[in-house]
Amino acid sequence: MSYFSDIYHGIKSLLTGMTVTGKYFFNARKEIITNQYPEERPEIFERFRGEVVMPHDENNYHRCTGCQSCEIACPNGSIEIIWDRVVNPETGKKVKIIDKHIYHYSMCTLCNLCILACPTDAIVMSNNYEGSVYDRTKLTKVLNKPGSKLHPEVKE
Amino acid sequence: MEIETKNIKQPNLKDRFKTEEYMINMGPQHPATHGVLRLILTIDGEIIKKVEPDLGYIHRSIEKMCERDSYQQIVHLTDRMDYLSSHINNEAVSLAVEKALQLEIPDRVKVIRTIIAELTRIASHTLWWGVFGMDIGALTTYFYGFRDREMINDIFEETCGARLTMNYNKPGGLMFDIHPNFVNRVKDFVAHFKTKLPEYDRLLTGNIIFQKRTKGIGFLTKEDAISFGTTGPVSRGSGVASDIRKIHPYSAYERVDFKQPLYHEGDNLARYKVRIDEMWESLSIIEQLIDNIPEGDYQVPTKAVIKLPKGEYYQRVETARGELGVYINSEGNKNPYRVKFRSPGFSNLSVLNHISVGSKIGDLVAIMATLDLVIPDIDR
Amino acid sequence: MNIALSTNTFANIISYFSENLGWGIWGEITAYSIIGIIYLIFFALAGLYLVLLERKIAAWIQLRIGPNRVGPWGIFQTIADALKLLSKELTGTIKADKLLYNLAPYFPIVAALISLSVFAFSKSLQAFDINIGLFFLTAVSSVGVIGILLGGWASNNKYALIGAMRSGVQIISYELSVGLSLLTMVLLTGSLQLSEIIEVQRTGGWLIVQGHIPAIIAFMIYMIAGTAETNRTPFDLVEAESELGAGYHTEYSGMKFAYFFLAEFINMFIISSIAVTVFFGGWLSPFGITDGIVWLQPLWFFIKVFIIILLMMFFRWTFPRLRIDQILTLEWKYLLPLNLMNIVLMAIIVWLGLDLSSLFN
Repeated sequence: MSYFSDIYHGIKSLLTGMTVTGKYFFNARKEIITNQYPEERPEIFERFRGEVVMPHDENNYHRCTGCQSCEIACPNGSIEIIWDRVVNPETGKKVKIIDKHIYHYSMCTLCNLCILACPTDAIVMSNNYEGSVYDRTKLTKVLNKPGSKLHPEVKE
Repeated sequence: MEIETKNIKQPNLKDRFKTEEYMINMGPQHPATHGVLRLILTIDGEIIKKVEPDLGYIHRSIEKMCERDSYQQIVHLTDRMDYLSSHINNEAVSLAVEKALQLEIPDRVKVIRTIIAELTRIASHTLWWGVFGMDIGALTTYFYGFRDREMINDIFEETCGARLTMNYNKPGGLMFDIHPNFVNRVKDFVAHFKTKLPEYDRLLTGNIIFQKRTKGIGFLTKEDAISFGTTGPVSRGSGVASDIRKIHPYSAYERVDFKQPLYHEGDNLARYKVRIDEMWESLSIIEQLIDNIPEGDYQVPTKAVIKLPKGEYYQRVETARGELGVYINSEGNKNPYRVKFRSPGFSNLSVLNHISVGSKIGDLVAIMATLDLVIPDIDR
Repeated sequence: MNIALSTNTFANIISYFSENLGWGIWGEITAYSIIGIIYLIFFALAGLYLVLLERKIAAWIQLRIGPNRVGPWGIFQTIADALKLLSKELTGTIKADKLLYNLAPYFPIVAALISLSVFAFSKSLQAFDINIGLFFLTAVSSVGVIGILLGGWASNNKYALIGAMRSGVQIISYELSVGLSLLTMVLLTGSLQLSEIIEVQRTGGWLIVQGHIPAIIAFMIYMIAGTAETNRTPFDLVEAESELGAGYHTEYSGMKFAYFFLAEFINMFIISSIAVTVFFGGWLSPFGITDGIVWLQPLWFFIKVFIIILLMMFFRWTFPRLRIDQILTLEWKYLLPLNLMNIVLMAIIVWLGLDLSSLFN
């Protein structure tokens, strides 16, 4: 008789499985999890680490002093700072300024260590998740905008 | 010279109808190898005679890179080893460094680490469940598994800032405090997942075809499980109580009450059931901890340049796949002299040939799925 | 062979061309070609839309939306896919057996299209009412496996060869079950002619009701074996993508692949059509509610076919795949003995007149 009970239990287990898929099939409208990406944007959280950016205020001031902490903290060498020393006309002292804050997006693992290392909060992670480009050279970015200056509040 | 003639056999009828063994390459690009594992199979018809894993297709020399990096920087590399339990890998390195520095870690950090580690385990097992179903032909499980995993990924994204390679730990604590929504989201997830886990059972576990495909396949004895060095669900499916969370409790595992699921059958179904039970246990651990996360700091201050005292340090943790060991040999510099990871996937892969010889190609796929291999974890 | 074409729409077309237009034999040839082209176009489209239906159903079961970009609700998606496949390069392996490799895709599609000619979509819509209809169907539909075997053998790929060999084993076994379960029903109808089978059901109720217990068992066996015949999950180990990549059509591309693919779906239609004809009264409406309205007859036929196809698609997206030895175990240890017992049971029922046809008189 176990022959027939095997058949019975087998068919029963198959039908149990079909109730699960059947439930989803008949509730297909409600349960859909697809995110139709270009039209529907996914929910992005504020902490999401997408890309390192350097915020500039309306007067084109940034907060980077060129201390190179981020460059040292970066495990992959994706930050390169080209800096210079200029004489501050007001105080007459030599001040370190950044010429270019170069960020190699292609090498970045978005580990957040540079952000933690920065003493002046000059760089932050943006929520940009659409990082694909057609040309590899576009992945090397200069974070400080042309003509930008160090914010006067930020001390050396 | 005397020619031995007595040993030369005349071909009898059986030998004439002998089939020929042939080689077949499974991978590096193959849907069942989940990555770039290459298996060189020797097959007789459908029956497997020999399986030779050929590794190295995704070797990125993470251990060597660790010798170049500072201790804070090592953590993010371990994300890329077993990417499905990235938080637990990070935790292992952080714990090893903290042990070396003899840092006193706040309770809050321990509890949060434990909750996120268990969420990682559930995420890893849901993905495994979906992919296991897909490997044996039930394509729908994949989407159900990923639906639930997506909720965990959202929790991670909100608190840790990334979905997969979170890098939330650092030596001395956590990178940020938990997000204010964290507790509610985790509770939502636990409630949601408790309704979905029985569905997993109804769809797959009880299914007669599934039972036939897993029961008695890929049999691994307890002795072999120990001697091959398997850990995690693979060994617990063979009855070896190998849970590091029980043997050497770390973080907050001492203060929670949980069982380690043990099955003694040693076949695919036992390994499957261990993982399903582990998801229930993880849920119970999360439920015990989520309501009483202690107040306090989310990190203890460490020096900007961490220098470990000269010596050797070892830390074991239980990832979703088994025991991960982190060995750090320090010469007292800011970089380690040598870092070695004892990865669970590598040891678990070593039983593949042993347990799959004599079974069919379809069984090999199922066995590989129950070993739950993550190839970057094996190659590192 | 007795070809009855008297009250048939197609017969009218032929007689229109040969007699009314006075074209004689050339008129008949023209008419046959037109009928053939109508069938080809209709079932190529039907196959394509079955692909779309499958993708939609899979999507709904799997919490997705499915094709929704090409046309409203994605209704032109599979046509676009077919056009894409048409324009693709036909690749092949270097050491492939060129003749067999190129020949193989035509077997499944030709066999599938030939089988279609026998079905009675309505009382008058039947191209080829042959008196050994069911026998013809089982014979022709098993020709398709030759294409699979040839394709797997000739493409000089081990994965394809394993797939082809599995397919050979599987189809040879399950032909038996399909044949025997249909034979069980033939005991009840006393005829192999499809129009005759439907005529029996018009007077005596659908065969699945008429033959009650053995008919239901026969239907279940037929559905299992029929799913295996079409190489669909849980019997899709011919192309088991997690084991063999793509199985027997690994090395095929473009239109040659499309032939295999389309044949699979037309085969599904054929298996469902046989089930509808033999078990569910073909074009008959339930309880005879709309039997008088002629144009509803094909509609009923296609609705029933649709429901059975839906069932097969449900199987596919719910169940795991069997292993090769389990497939053979299922056939030889379960289906075949059950089938034989079932035939004896049906014979007893027919002998004692225990069928339920009297209910409907």
